[in-house]
Amino acid sequence: MSKLSGAQITMEVLKKEGVEHIFGYPGGAIMPIYDAMLDYDIHHILTRHEQGAAHAADGYARASGKVGVVMATSGPGATNLVTGIATAMLDSSPIVCITGQVPSNVIGTDAFQETDVTGVTLPITKHNYLVTEIDELADTLHEAFYIAKSGRKGPVLVDIAKDVQNAQAEFIWNEETIELPGYRPDLSPNTTTYQEAANLINNAKRPVILAGHGIIASNAHEELLKFAEYTNIPVSMTLLGLGGFPASHYLNLGMMGMHGESWVNTAIQEADLLLAFGMRFDDRVTGNLTTYAKNAKKIHIEIDPTEINKNVKVDVPMLGDLHTILKELITYLEKGKHTKWLKKIESEKGDSSVSDIKHMPDMGHLYAAHVIHDLWRFTNGNALVVTDVGQHQMWETQYYHHDQPRSLITSGGLGTMGFALPAAMGAKVACPDKEVWVICGDGGFQMTSSELTTLAQEKIKLNVAIINNGYLGMVRQWQEFFYDRRYSATPMLSPDFVKLAEAHHATGIRVSKREEVENAIITAQNTPEVVVIDFTVEQEDSVYPMVATGSDLDDMIRRPKSEIEW
Amino acid sequence: MIHTIVAYVENKPGVLNRVASLFRRRGFNIESLAVGHTNLPGVSRMTIMINAEEDTDVAKRIESNLYKLVNVLRVDDLTNKSPVARELALIKVKANSKTRNEIIQIADIFRANIVDAASHSLVLEISGTVEKVSRLVLMLEPFNIIELQRTGVIAIERGSHQIPSEPPSLNYTR
Repeated sequence: MSKLSGAQITMEVLKKEGVEHIFGYPGGAIMPIYDAMLDYDIHHILTRHEQGAAHAADGYARASGKVGVVMATSGPGATNLVTGIATAMLDSSPIVCITGQVPSNVIGTDAFQETDVTGVTLPITKHNYLVTEIDELADTLHEAFYIAKSGRKGPVLVDIAKDVQNAQAEFIWNEETIELPGYRPDLSPNTTTYQEAANLINNAKRPVILAGHGIIASNAHEELLKFAEYTNIPVSMTLLGLGGFPASHYLNLGMMGMHGESWVNTAIQEADLLLAFGMRFDDRVTGNLTTYAKNAKKIHIEIDPTEINKNVKVDVPMLGDLHTILKELITYLEKGKHTKWLKKIESEKGDSSVSDIKHMPDMGHLYAAHVIHDLWRFTNGNALVVTDVGQHQMWETQYYHHDQPRSLITSGGLGTMGFALPAAMGAKVACPDKEVWVICGDGGFQMTSSELTTLAQEKIKLNVAIINNGYLGMVRQWQEFFYDRRYSATPMLSPDFVKLAEAHHATGIRVSKREEVENAIITAQNTPEVVVIDFTVEQEDSVYPMVATGSDLDDMIRRPKSEIEW
Repeated sequence: MIHTIVAYVENKPGVLNRVASLFRRRGFNIESLAVGHTNLPGVSRMTIMINAEEDTDVAKRIESNLYKLVNVLRVDDLTNKSPVARELALIKVKANSKTRNEIIQIADIFRANIVDAASHSLVLEISGTVEKVSRLVLMLEPFNIIELQRTGVIAIERGSHQIPSEPPSLNYTR
């Protein structure tokens, strides 16, 4: 058998793993792999910053359910990935990061562009490797893919010394054999646990399902739908769970937590049973833990044992794959009605800050609510939306209604500004037939807007809606609520986004009136290249309702009456 | 309350770093940590002493967090199994013709060995429980301790029961 270089072996493994796209940025220590890449039918997308490559791989993974791949060189190339890796870690997104490292004989000598990358990324990867022996290369990469996509998914980094990339070895591929004795992602609950859970569910009077990212990660949306309809239990979602249950469904409550609608949080607080499906009781969804759903029993279905009892003590933990467990659990259940409970929740739905602001007349003020509501209408709710982080992100959850899983991609756990544009690029590469929209703020957009040129070079079509309020809006909102309106470092000058778009080979449109919104959206849809729409909106609007950090979940700051009496 | 946790880990570069990093990151307080080879090739054993609230949940969380590390094979909490737990210490203490005999007597009481003697010092070697080692240290303090090195505790379960290297199924009960 003829020998291959380490670089070729790397590409062979990617081929075996079914990789079609790599997002990356070359450099000295990874040049052998980039050279070998030319001989393989795997498309490389050159981002304008390594952070963009990491977010793109993340967006690709979230849109497709497959593993995203990112490459970078040693030192600064690898450290530029850090924010992207941490984002993927907090949101359990499966990506494999391949970084070049200085040759093994100079590792530890502070060689040019040397950084201890496995050290730097240790707490923000699910697992990582430094490869200094060619014989370990193929198996290590194979393991990396397996670890990234199994159990609770996450980022895995493989740091490959340059001499290993150049060394020669036989390429031996063992499809089935992965020897990881300490890694057992396959968990399952026992029969007693099912029975205990079933007893609670069958006897509950006011149950609520809390559906998290696990629904999407485990492709359990159909099982969830069956489960909810069979038991007639209403479904609330975390930010990352949105799309996991159809927004248009009569059992849908919407998003819970800090910016969830009042009836959702109230229902959770009044519930006598919470069914947590693939969610982790983050502080943004619980509010004050000591008063959180005090009268509710809790069933927690979760793939990661470390999440059990971490924030909220649960009565019945069920460890394992959500898809499998839901399928099994339903067989233990009686058909449910909950007419009274559902009626009560329904009666509270009138209490909404969403519908108030949505129908607010223009009066010369364009609101983000108008833009996002119209975007939802003119895309028939079918777009794949990728948001950045901040006010626009919360408004998106309130005004864009997602019926399909993987139709909203957003940085939830880490809250990474600058995520949207590169992640949307990855999402569009994964789903070329989908209509992809970026919704971002003027601040976040400026962090990674250089990727517009990447889109042009790769002829990737998507549209960008900038909700431009001239402030770092969410921080400004907190300053308004909690810091006596002392706007420290939040007013922000932006470049001329129309000209910026044009300079990046895209089309720019500016919109400042409600009647222009429709036309701009339709123009964007019909333009073959990227369109950036600069929506100049009301500067000091806030996201309502809001549960202040540490407050009780049903203690919400509401939109002032003066703003809605028009 | 001190928990005694034993972990079998793959003997690979960086594993100690991963374990230590986990404890730092999650805010668990390590009292002591001892690592060494086992009878199984490629497998090391760590004994970790943790100071945690009298809350069984913390130990459980440490256990499940350790299991999350790919290189950790098996974790056992020996706290309530009254294990044999021993620590080794080397103590260099000042000694002259006047004090030497008294120090040797103290060493005898504690069954410590004198492993080095010089004109102005003695080195004592003691193994025993944490409490025993601490008591000897206390007794030697008036003589002026020059250097002290303790290994941290290693622990093993009593009886013929062998901790299997296969991990148990993670079973959470109320």
